[in-house]
Amino acid sequence: MAAPNQRLEVTLDTQLESVDLAENIVTRVAEAAGFGEDDLHKLGMAVREGVINAYNYGNCQDRRKKIVLAVEFEPETMIVHVVDEGCGFELSEVADPLAEENLLRTSGRGIFLMRAFMDDLAVRKGPTGGADLVMYKKLPHHVSGNGQSQAE
Amino acid sequence: MEDIAIVDFSGKITLGEGSATLRTMVRELVGKGHRKILLNLGDVDYIDSSGIGELVGAYTTVRGASGELKLVHLTKRVHDLIQITRLFTVFDVQADEPAAIRSFRSPA
Repeated sequence: MAAPNQRLEVTLDTQLESVDLAENIVTRVAEAAGFGEDDLHKLGMAVREGVINAYNYGNCQDRRKKIVLAVEFEPETMIVHVVDEGCGFELSEVADPLAEENLLRTSGRGIFLMRAFMDDLAVRKGPTGGADLVMYKKLPHHVSGNGQSQAE
Repeated sequence: MEDIAIVDFSGKITLGEGSATLRTMVRELVGKGHRKILLNLGDVDYIDSSGIGELVGAYTTVRGASGELKLVHLTKRVHDLIQITRLFTVFDVQADEPAAIRSFRSPA
């Protein structure tokens, strides 16, 4: 089990390969923290969507820019940051992909999936003014009820 | 039945992997005159938002040519993803191949 207040930070290039790399890094860390298979899939997918967002929309596929992936642990929560060097955005600006008029759009579902697969999502300003996507997932031993992430 | 193109997909349909293949394949089929396309996703274990976008793009391409595109054999994860994105209201998802083939026979 990961100890509280640990932090891992990796700087990724703005390239397609970073999407898989980020997913692999986070799922390995999450596996070590005790998450089960279903949550590992959700975490990996949420991070994947975050890095795709940074690659496509934040950094506009500009290879000179970087994507920072950070994983932190608080006593009850795993927190993942995906920080780009774009202009940032507000969650309220993001169109609802479930709205009838957006169902046939070929893009615009990433933020929705991050929200669906994590316990919480926030968007802050990163150090260069880009978006800092902050994703929260309760650690397995803190999931109540019949959650699938039972550590014991 | 003979004019139904059945496409078996496997692996991932994700950004940079599989999604471009799907787009090219469906466009080629439509270009060759196919108007009834069945995508078998039984061996697809992973789709991300880009892959979903490509499925939607394939749907609109086929519909734009007055054709029908149906999905069959969704894995649980793909099924769940299509459900939470409300795309079950868009895609015609069939349980198995015979049922899917029969469903093409009714007028679009």
